[in-house]
Amino acid sequence: MAQETFDLLVIGGGPGGYVAAIRAAQLGMKTALVEKAQLGGVCLNWGCIPTKALLRSADVLRLVQGAAQFGVMVQPPQADLGAIVARSRTVAAQLNKGVTHLMKKNGVHVFTGHARLQGAGAVAVTAADGKSQDLRAKHIVLATGARARQLPQLPGDGETVWTYREALTPPALPRRLLIVGAGAIGIEFASFYRALGADVTVVEMAPRILPVEDEEVSAQVASSLQREGMTIHTGMGVANAQRTAHGWDVSLQPQDAAKAALQVQADVVLVAAGIVGNVEELGLEGTRVQVEKTHIVTDAMCRTAEPGVYAIGDVAGPPWLAHKASHEGVLCVEQIAGLHPHALDPRRVPACTYSHPQVASVGLTEAQAKAAGHKVKVGKFPFGANGKAIAMGATTGFAKVVFDEASGELLGAHMVGEEVTEMIQGFAIAQSLETTEAELMATIVPHPTMSESMHEAVLAAYGRALHI
Amino acid sequence: MATLLRMPEVAANSTHATLSTWTHQEGDTVAAGDCLAEIETDKAVVEFNAEAAGVLGRLLVQAGQEVEVGAPIAVLLAQGEAVADVEALLHADGAAAVEPAQAPADGGARATAAPLETAERLRASPLARRLATQRGIGLAGLQGSGPGGRIVKIDIERASVAQPAAAASAASAPAPISGPAGMAQVGDFVELPHSNMRRTIARRLTESKSSVPHFYLSVDCRMERLLALRTEINTGASRKISVNDFIVRAVAVALREVPQANVGWTDTAMRQYAQADIAVAVSTDTGLITPIVRAADRKTLSQISAEIADLATRARAGQLRPDEYQGGSMSVSNLGMYGVGEFAAIINPPQAAILAVGASQQKPVVDNGELKVGTVMRCTLSVDHRAIDGALAAQWLTAFQRAIEAPLSMLV
Repeated sequence: MAQETFDLLVIGGGPGGYVAAIRAAQLGMKTALVEKAQLGGVCLNWGCIPTKALLRSADVLRLVQGAAQFGVMVQPPQADLGAIVARSRTVAAQLNKGVTHLMKKNGVHVFTGHARLQGAGAVAVTAADGKSQDLRAKHIVLATGARARQLPQLPGDGETVWTYREALTPPALPRRLLIVGAGAIGIEFASFYRALGADVTVVEMAPRILPVEDEEVSAQVASSLQREGMTIHTGMGVANAQRTAHGWDVSLQPQDAAKAALQVQADVVLVAAGIVGNVEELGLEGTRVQVEKTHIVTDAMCRTAEPGVYAIGDVAGPPWLAHKASHEGVLCVEQIAGLHPHALDPRRVPACTYSHPQVASVGLTEAQAKAAGHKVKVGKFPFGANGKAIAMGATTGFAKVVFDEASGELLGAHMVGEEVTEMIQGFAIAQSLETTEAELMATIVPHPTMSESMHEAVLAAYGRALHI
Repeated sequence: MATLLRMPEVAANSTHATLSTWTHQEGDTVAAGDCLAEIETDKAVVEFNAEAAGVLGRLLVQAGQEVEVGAPIAVLLAQGEAVADVEALLHADGAAAVEPAQAPADGGARATAAPLETAERLRASPLARRLATQRGIGLAGLQGSGPGGRIVKIDIERASVAQPAAAASAASAPAPISGPAGMAQVGDFVELPHSNMRRTIARRLTESKSSVPHFYLSVDCRMERLLALRTEINTGASRKISVNDFIVRAVAVALREVPQANVGWTDTAMRQYAQADIAVAVSTDTGLITPIVRAADRKTLSQISAEIADLATRARAGQLRPDEYQGGSMSVSNLGMYGVGEFAAIINPPQAAILAVGASQQKPVVDNGELKVGTVMRCTLSVDHRAIDGALAAQWLTAFQRAIEAPLSMLV
């Protein structure tokens, strides 16, 4: 078969890959995208989006359950797990079609199959039926993503040991669910299954849940989840697990030898203990591309050690976030096109956890800022002192900001509470425009809004908070 | 015929200089050699003289403004020539410095030559502006890397590392950055804008102390014989030779004796100097400057003495030429006259060493097992270990000590 030659070829159609392909097409490159499963990747089909659909159902359930406090009397609601999951799948399917349309609209050539590097500038694409096709490209972007890490003690069987994948399409609500790993994925599923009535236990190796977030954030979320009836064991790892008639009998070993070990019985165990990059079967062996701890090593501009080969998103290492992948896709392609984008600044990548309460943050935590040698100004404002939050019945949580005292640079912002994931962009824009505390203080924030708390937190950092 | 007067390259490799004052006004008749303006570089104020007679037609930059080297600063007209010719001349030059609207047509290359008040708005983030002010970096000369050439934090950080003093001083930066030039009243203190000299000192010494691996060797020199010789020489002499003159001569003699120490480190190669050029630290009202006594190993004490006196006088008046303070093999910094017993100085790269000289003080000394009172001067040599190892530095310091303690050897 004749070889087709492209300016740029992307392997992997997730939020990193398909965005890179669109940007390349916008810049006039002849662009190809190879995807072996579904366009949109894990994010759209098995991650960010379908989980948000599930969590929305949990929110509605929670709201209806608490309707009486708003003076609305209803019968106790019933959650129909099958209908909730079906809605989630419909949402994902709709967006998957959307990406297909976007590829068409931008003139990106989409190939379905498994791509493998075949020496400089050559890629073989093998379709599911075994037919192979050779493509050529001047630039190849690896955007193959990542998958859930498996624990040897708990081999995944899809029924009693889940990854996020099975947790998205449960056949029935597990009575007792043990979640291993209290990062964003673990905590979101914990929040969902607890809202639906499962008996949820979370175990985390680190000394606190959401260990990458600010310590005050972790503490606030832990106390909220515990109040909703969740059991949390931090500083504990899974020592071993016994399969039983009902599910699993799991031994938890404390990190601190002085503490006692624990036994937890669960019908289902969800493993959410990190991810590994999809670096296998890509033909990397024949290249200079370096792989370290299942991730492809790149420089700040997404270049691998092999000229003409780039890596973006999850496969190129943390933070494992869709928007980080998309941003890298754009900067990688712009650089190839001869533009001069800035390297990704990890301090400007926001992170969101859609638990109840939600968590949103960007930049350095207070502890990280201090460890980095900054003399800091820290301000915090609780939603309990915010008029709109009180009216909404959403007084849990706070906004917290960390400034560099010398320059007034906004080093980090951390929020817990309702819809804070929609609010964090305000601080992300402030960082991107490089405002100092002065511009943030001078900004007029509409009243009444929960975002007034962001303004107040900034004022509080400089001893000027008005409503506390 | 009208001619454009351009900013001269007053210091080697400088890209900008500040036109500190105009000494004539538009319309003044000037003769060849007349001083038209004073130009301030990092280290000195230099006169800008008319090369031909004529009438000053137009001043294109304002006093206090930083100007790119080679950019037009004024128009000199022939006697009787019309001012209208100025426009044609500027147009032909393409500088278009007077008309802000035309500035972008020049590709921005000479944008800094345009009066800053009328120049195109500077695009810079608030954080970049604040960092630039704090670090004394002018925004005008920077190339922004943000959208539409906007200057952002990373550009300031790159500039801080790459070219700290190349851009404008805070005083000549556009108004929005630092407010009016001069003193800014903030809280309980007053902020005095840095001079170019202050900035240069800060930059060079920070670079040196953070990048040059210093080590230090100290030695006590017995001064009795040198002081006696000095008294003898100075008796009835019109010009008095100072102890410092002896020290400079001794440093030169020691460098001649141990030429392996007369070197400087560069990234690519070791620089071996052919003669002993000794830099002498001179304190002025505005800061420190180190004029150089060239070939001090081939000059007599009285020549060295006269030269140092002249350099110091002109250094304090800000009239040194760049070639009079750039380069040099080794520096001497003497705080003995302030009663300082001993101290360690920071090396002035690319030199590889600096000698810090303390006061000659009476101290208990032991001569042949006998305790008595002697006059001792403590000297500390700061050495760049990349260029000179410990044993070599010790060898040099011993040669220096020998010259000081046997001073007649310096006279031959």
